[in-house]
Amino acid sequence: MLRHFLTLFIWLGLAGMAVAQDLQPSLQAHAGEIADPSRSSVSVALDDLVASGAPHLSDFLEQWQDKGVWQRDADGVFFYATENGDDLSLRDIDTAQETTAPKSGFSQLKPNGGVRRLIGTALVQFQLTDPDLARRTSAIESIARRPDASQLAPLLKSIDPETDATLKARKIQLANFMSASFAPDTGDRIAAITSMSSDTSIEARAVLNQLLSVKAVVSPDAPKGNIARVLKPGRDLSEADAYARLVDAKLAPPVISPAAMRDALAANIDGGRVGGIPTAQLDTQTMREKAYAALAAQGTVPPLVSQDAKTDAVAAHSFYEVYEEQDPAVTDAARAALDSIETRVGAAQAVDLTLDALSLASIYFLAAIGLAITFGVMGVINMAHGEFIMMGAYTGYVVQQFVPDYTLSIIVALPLAFAVTFAAGVTMERLVIRHLYHRPLETLLATFGISVALQQLAKNIFGTQARPLTSPGWLDGAWVVSDVIQISYIRIAIFVMALMFLALILFVLKRTRLGLEVRAVTQNPGMAASMGINPDRINMLTFGLGSGIAGIAGVAIGLYAKVTSEMGADYIVQSFMTVVVGGVGNVWGTLAGASLIGFLQKGIEWFNPSNTLAAQTYMVLFIILFIQFRPKGIVAQKGRAAAD
Amino acid sequence: MHKTFISQNPSVLWFIALLGLFTLAVTVGSEAFGTGLISTSMVKTLGKTLCLCLIAIAMDVVWGYCGILSLGHFAFFGIGGYAIGMWLMYARTEGIVLSSLSGQAIPSTSQEISDAIGNQIFGVVGSSDFPWLWAFADNLFLQLLMVIVVPGLLALVFGWLAFRSRVTGVYLSILTQAMTLALSLWLFQNDSGLRGNNGLSGLQNIPGFEGSSQADISLAFFLGSALALALGYLLFAWVVSGKMGSVVQGIRDNEARVRFLGYRVEGYKLFIFTLTAVISGIAGALYYPQAGIINPAELAPIASIYLAVWVAIGGRGRLYGAVIGAAFVSLLSSWFTGGGAPAIDLGFYTILWTDWWLVLLGVSFVCVTLFFPKGIGGLFDYLVRKPS
Repeated sequence: MLRHFLTLFIWLGLAGMAVAQDLQPSLQAHAGEIADPSRSSVSVALDDLVASGAPHLSDFLEQWQDKGVWQRDADGVFFYATENGDDLSLRDIDTAQETTAPKSGFSQLKPNGGVRRLIGTALVQFQLTDPDLARRTSAIESIARRPDASQLAPLLKSIDPETDATLKARKIQLANFMSASFAPDTGDRIAAITSMSSDTSIEARAVLNQLLSVKAVVSPDAPKGNIARVLKPGRDLSEADAYARLVDAKLAPPVISPAAMRDALAANIDGGRVGGIPTAQLDTQTMREKAYAALAAQGTVPPLVSQDAKTDAVAAHSFYEVYEEQDPAVTDAARAALDSIETRVGAAQAVDLTLDALSLASIYFLAAIGLAITFGVMGVINMAHGEFIMMGAYTGYVVQQFVPDYTLSIIVALPLAFAVTFAAGVTMERLVIRHLYHRPLETLLATFGISVALQQLAKNIFGTQARPLTSPGWLDGAWVVSDVIQISYIRIAIFVMALMFLALILFVLKRTRLGLEVRAVTQNPGMAASMGINPDRINMLTFGLGSGIAGIAGVAIGLYAKVTSEMGADYIVQSFMTVVVGGVGNVWGTLAGASLIGFLQKGIEWFNPSNTLAAQTYMVLFIILFIQFRPKGIVAQKGRAAAD
Repeated sequence: MHKTFISQNPSVLWFIALLGLFTLAVTVGSEAFGTGLISTSMVKTLGKTLCLCLIAIAMDVVWGYCGILSLGHFAFFGIGGYAIGMWLMYARTEGIVLSSLSGQAIPSTSQEISDAIGNQIFGVVGSSDFPWLWAFADNLFLQLLMVIVVPGLLALVFGWLAFRSRVTGVYLSILTQAMTLALSLWLFQNDSGLRGNNGLSGLQNIPGFEGSSQADISLAFFLGSALALALGYLLFAWVVSGKMGSVVQGIRDNEARVRFLGYRVEGYKLFIFTLTAVISGIAGALYYPQAGIINPAELAPIASIYLAVWVAIGGRGRLYGAVIGAAFVSLLSSWFTGGGAPAIDLGFYTILWTDWWLVLLGVSFVCVTLFFPKGIGGLFDYLVRKPS
């Protein structure tokens, strides 16, 4: 790595040996091109000027670009000048001596846009060593946007004097990219390419892909050049495609399409017949071809290309792709580097996908855990669970109307959402569900009635349009690990929240009196009652707890999705599936179910990223099949509690 | 056999007689007959309602008699609609394409005609090829067969998988709901071959009857729906009577006990599930030509839940209850949501029923479940006063 930089330095040094004292003589040497520049001629002049190493050249270039240079008509000497009425305030280019002269004896240099761009490119190399960090950075970015072989040398020269560590690293990276493409020595290029093989940035991949760009070739001769791939008709491309390429390359006559044939026939109707065949019979392709062949025999239309002719033509040519880059050593190195990068990118994508799946799983977990508790303890399916989620989200929205500070409003909204939905859950349990304990299917329908009513009620109160639940500023943005791996803070927050709830629920169920009683009622309500536990009260509290968690989940979901009256319905089926897949009445089961569904959904989306609908379809089908093999879910209840 | 199940259940005769009277009254009052007392759109609404009654009795048999709360029967209804819709759309487009191509100097090849039809039908989803699903779309007979075969086969496979692994109760309900969701999500895709969320449209134009007025067509479909409902009612009344009916109701009341008595519970359940799915498909095939359009939203899981709601409100475990529930709720629903119900002005707030109907429905549904588990049909018990 170092070695090839050194080689380049020496090469640069030689070019910059001839150092002139004054700028004006160098300018005069190219006076013609400077005074009347065109895009083709000026680049030679610019190269010479830069090579001459004349002082203050960057000042001159800037002034020239801004049309601040005037030429004295009498002797062709250049001045910096500003207009001052009918006079010009002149400044000598080398001595900076100021004079005034009437405008009439001078003419302004007005380079056109193309020339100004070239001047700008030449200027960049001066900006690379500018004392101002911002200008150096912008120069680097402008090189990165439009890399050019001529910029490589000044870029390399500017690396050593660079004082800013970040910019220096960036310069080295960019110099590497450019050496890969533009270094004159193959060894240097390969070294640069090899050094890129651990760089997963999009820029590095773009550079390598650029090096590996191919063009398709059709030729009657055997493949030659730096061949990327030989295409075999029938295997790598269809015969029709191969023939189309021949036609494009003008190596074969074009095929007559059915539509073109029809038009040709229609244009040659002669007394109700075409080529001797009555038009009424021309309703099959075979008859049309016959008629067309007759026309072709008369010479009125170009002859039809037969299938055999196509096959022969395709067989007589070779189809292959050659690299634009001539040197096979370079393309091999680039291919190897790109392969290695792609392996790394693949690994990074897997990590990214895992993070995505984790965050989806935590959302499902939050949405489903309340349902799992009520279903597990009471055997009750609560179809209105989704509406409790919605209720929580709307609570958050209402709180934000009164508390303008987003951080504070979320802190207020979370317990308030819990309280609201807890109350709603307890009310529902007291009024409806209590009376239906031994009729689970009817509970399903009654709670569905509540769900319909609540949804419509929300629509009547808040309208049909989505309401925003704005997250605090510190949750904006994303945690960027690399170009591939990034995850938004809000998803991390939801993940953390899911973990907290997992811990909280486990604590409540395993370490508190209430949890003990809940587990007792789950296992055997009759026995629990005879031990002095009031199952009625436990059921009520459990239902309230499950609903309250749904409310908190609503706030969390509302933060990253829009709050609508239908948001509950979007999650209810997924929540059911989470509970059913995971196994009823077990926190770990719900966790397993949520993880399975989250990972599955993301996994299927990864295979078929364009179609999230298909992903959901396949996932539901998978779940249906999964239930066949584990009807009681991943974590099945055992013993008597498992009986219905 | 015929005599026994009707004498067991005299309500069958009552129902057929009332349905006949109703059909006669609507026929006489229709525009097609000439009196014009009932508008064509009303005839269509009534015809559609009869189809909904047909699927409701199917739902009643599978839920009220067999105890399987299926939240997927509307999917079978939709499949029936899609199956007939494919032929209607294909045949009608074919007619349009043929007439537009007929004036040309060179007659078209069959390939060109098929391409043009494909372009017409699938242009909206950016495609012009016929998917494999449409292989039989040009044949009315085969497509009618599909109305029966596809829902039947789907129910058979799904039911076999589910009942074999003894998925019961709410699990089964959720599983059927998942099936419906998967189906509707799949239909929503543009590359499913069924025009994505555009669905199939223009189904009210029946190919071969371009000359007939919509009044005639709607009356014909109304009569067809009435006949289908009558036949379906008879079929189900026969199925739920006799020994088989007893076993099926035994499964509902205590599945394990029936199994211990030596009956193959899975076989009975599968038979009932599949049969009702087929009838649902037929109901859908009659419904959608009257509705004119079918799209994946029709198959959304919520539709199947509403079906259960109708049956519950009408009264489970009695066939006429399902009919009453479906007719009552669906007609009332279109009356309320169609703006037919007068708004109530409370002074400080005006209750618009288009906004509040669903709240009313939801709450009344809770009330029915809590206080009238027998539904509206249960009221007849008070009238008849017969121990049953």
